[in-house]
Amino acid sequence: MAIELQHVSYTYSQDTVYEMHALEDVNLKIGDNECIGIIGHTGSGKSTLIQHLNGLVKATDGAILYNGKNIYDSDFALPSLRRKVGLVFQYPEYQLFEADVFSDVCFGPKNLGLSEDEIRARAKKALEQVGIPESLYDKSPFLLSGGQKRRVAIAGVLAMEPEILILDEPTAGLDPRGRDAILTLIRDLYEKRKITVVFVSHSMEDVARYVERLIVLNHGHVIYDDAPKAVFAHYKELEQIGLRAPQITYAIDRLQASGLRTSQVVTTVAEAKNAVLEWFAQ
Amino acid sequence: MKNITIGQYYPTDSVIHRLDPRVKLFGTMVFLVSLFLTNHYLGYAVITICLAAVLKLSKVPFKMLLKGLRGILILLLFSVVFNIFLVPGRELVHIWFLSITAEGIRRAIFLGIRLVYLVIGTSLMTLTTTPTDLADGLEKALRPLNKLHIPVHDITMMMSIALRFIPILMEETDKIMMAQKARGADFETGGLLKRAKALIPLFVPLFVSAIRRAIDLANAMETRCYQGGEGRTKMHPLCYKKRDKRTYFIYAGYLIAIFGINRILVAFQILPFLFA
Repeated sequence: MAIELQHVSYTYSQDTVYEMHALEDVNLKIGDNECIGIIGHTGSGKSTLIQHLNGLVKATDGAILYNGKNIYDSDFALPSLRRKVGLVFQYPEYQLFEADVFSDVCFGPKNLGLSEDEIRARAKKALEQVGIPESLYDKSPFLLSGGQKRRVAIAGVLAMEPEILILDEPTAGLDPRGRDAILTLIRDLYEKRKITVVFVSHSMEDVARYVERLIVLNHGHVIYDDAPKAVFAHYKELEQIGLRAPQITYAIDRLQASGLRTSQVVTTVAEAKNAVLEWFAQ
Repeated sequence: MKNITIGQYYPTDSVIHRLDPRVKLFGTMVFLVSLFLTNHYLGYAVITICLAAVLKLSKVPFKMLLKGLRGILILLLFSVVFNIFLVPGRELVHIWFLSITAEGIRRAIFLGIRLVYLVIGTSLMTLTTTPTDLADGLEKALRPLNKLHIPVHDITMMMSIALRFIPILMEETDKIMMAQKARGADFETGGLLKRAKALIPLFVPLFVSAIRRAIDLANAMETRCYQGGEGRTKMHPLCYKKRDKRTYFIYAGYLIAIFGINRILVAFQILPFLFA
């Protein structure tokens, strides 16, 4: 179970005045049970990149291997890839269309051609996972709050039980509680269901706290692909491309001028707390 | 989806792009009139030369125009084929119950030319004029209709909003389509009924989003105190420049040439000869 991108490039509106290189020579390997964050400023190619991962967009150049097989080969069954790689788009609540919440979540599993019982079981499980109570199952999805809609939409993809779940800015426009709920859900899927989770984010704090591996995109190139700590050690370079390190990293940086010593780059508040306590203990 | 070129703008700098939108609107009208008045090959030759010259001046790649033609391909085929077989006249070939007549072939060729040129001419206007300019031009050109209590400003505003929304809604369609494909939706296979049904997950969110956008836009306009055309001033008021006036003379010359050719051919009885 692995997706491998080899020299993938993608150009929008090729051969017209609107031509734009969204991805250039991207090489990546996404394996089993990983938790990956993707960051990059607006227009760096994040969304384009993840749309390649389940074959929705065809690369203008390069190859994508799924378990060693090229997904652009004519005998490759793209639908089978889409059932293994679940993709949650930006603002997924705008794709809801059914008359009630439960039917909408059933749409994905129904397309997989499962039995009626299996469809219902999966939909129920997915809705439980995202924390939507049973009392909302027969409500119209359009009457829910923004955060609830978002969770229903995520359940719609979860119900297909993908092995890799990709989310494009899953927390955009949510309040802090809604954001924490989604991020905890992502972490749970990774830790308990042992699937691979990839998510795009604009929050350095979120990726520092939740992911094991961080991919940084700039102008369609992968410039860093490492553990978050190792990536944030380059915060000067990140600032030059419109990104930054988590705010706590800067706070600890200031404290170091007053004598605080840390053995590694601090990227979360919990680590900062320990570092400060240690400093006081000395 | 990307084949729809209605209202699409091709950003470049050319003589045609710089013309006043009213001049281009009027020019398109002159062109359409000439297209339907002409009834012989010589006239179409003149029109073709003029159209090619404008195309060259506009710097719009020919490929862009061909794309627009793809959309009317079926209509074009239908009308040409029907004309070939259904126009009565001097019979050339007879196959079973169908007959091809000389008049039919001539009518089909003219109709084909007219349809193709119609699309090329009008797309050339939208490709070289931004939707805002187009609406501005229309508003100013149609201003006399205000006296007849026709709300010209409101109509042109609606038109420019509609044009502005075409690319947005197309992008939205693409996005929703991809999102539903990611959930296993299948838009490509199956019979007519199945395919029509498959569009529900596409259309419901699309309509919802269109209405949401319309409400947002209405609110945004209201917070900026929009109240229609009454007393509204322009940031860039349209005014004719020298080149615009010169273009009107060119139109006059063009019309005289087309009418002239028509007249001469009729007067010297060459027309029936050309028909043969």
